Amino acid sequence: MTCTETKNLLNAYVDGELDSAGSLGVEKHVQGCASCLTDVENLHALASAIENGGLRFAAPQRLKRNVRAAIREANPGARRSIFNWRWATAVAAAVLIVVVGIQSVKRSEETLLVNDIVSSHVRSMMANHITDVASSDRHTVKPWFGGKLDYSPPVKDLTEQGFRLVGGRMDYLDGRPVAALVYQRSQHFINLFVWPSNNTTIKQEDQLTRQGYNLIHWTESGMSYWLVSELNFAELSECARLLKE
Amino acid sequence: MLEQNELTAFNQAVLPHLDAAYNLARWLTRNDQDAEDVVQEASLRAFKYWKGFSGRDCRSWLLAIVRNTYYSWLRQRSVQPELTPDGEVDDVEESFPNPENMLLQNADRELLKAALEDLPVEFREAIVLREMEGLSYKEIADIEGVPIGTVMSRLARARKRLLIYLTNATARNYL
Repeated sequence: MTCTETKNLLNAYVDGELDSAGSLGVEKHVQGCASCLTDVENLHALASAIENGGLRFAAPQRLKRNVRAAIREANPGARRSIFNWRWATAVAAAVLIVVVGIQSVKRSEETLLVNDIVSSHVRSMMANHITDVASSDRHTVKPWFGGKLDYSPPVKDLTEQGFRLVGGRMDYLDGRPVAALVYQRSQHFINLFVWPSNNTTIKQEDQLTRQGYNLIHWTESGMSYWLVSELNFAELSECARLLKE
Repeated sequence: MLEQNELTAFNQAVLPHLDAAYNLARWLTRNDQDAEDVVQEASLRAFKYWKGFSGRDCRSWLLAIVRNTYYSWLRQRSVQPELTPDGEVDDVEESFPNPENMLLQNADRELLKAALEDLPVEFREAIVLREMEGLSYKEIADIEGVPIGTVMSRLARARKRLLIYLTNATARNYL
């Protein structure tokens, strides 16, 4: 490659626009030509001076706002539409986060409560302290709670239906003192925890199992009920049904 | 009129290139306010043509619109751009100027800016597209609507002029 030929290609060479044959030809010539080598060095130096010279102008924020506004103006149909996908997505995401958040907080609160209920049940059996007032007479048990609680738990005697009332006990659940009523079915004890609930609507029965104990939960007439026992669900549900009658 | 989702697509595809659009317009007009006017007008044109855009390279597409907008803006103002026809014999010497590399590397922003602004507009735009936007000869040729060979020659002559300008300025400083 002659010097003139090379000089014509130097810009394309430093810009990486030559094919490999052309690149090789230029390189070969430049290695033996001080003049062309200096030209290459100058072109590189100029390119990096421009690149690093802080010569780029950034669009002012005002311009970006104006462009957006002008485009909205130019698209009046879309402007009239209040519905904006971006906002709708953001709002939907926010709602979802709140709902999921509330759900998971509720769920974790419920999980804590269920654990406490099972613990209370287990403790009442282990400590051999299942009742504070031992009586199968609901007219003895119900008044016993008077003065100990700020509510009066409904007390039912289900002896005839096979669930003998054993007595009552004070317990502590959900951050408050609650009434525990104890029933017995053959050798199995059943704890019924009752306390006032903010939830006045009748709630569908919940059935769940924790640590081998079965639980049934419902709310009714402003009261929250939790039945817990090692008794099977069939018999425990029967007990729940009788209590609700 | 575009549907809302098309408007969103336009905003997402085109608006990120407003900086590149403004940079080109600013170098072409050499003035803040004129550059804003050109970009504003170019954005509206882009919006108008959006439906017909097949969508390969949004930045090049927008830059081509900026460039066309600039030239029609010039015509409206009846200002003749100081065009240097590509066939015209260049007034620069045959041999390369040879400024000290160290001086080039230390050339401050104001000097470089003055050197660039001194270039004829079609040289200036080639340098901006190549050195600041990193576009290939082919992309620049598409934007400018000229053959690749013309791009190469414009860049070569632009750089020669820049080097001469910088050499002379440096020499003046040392006189």
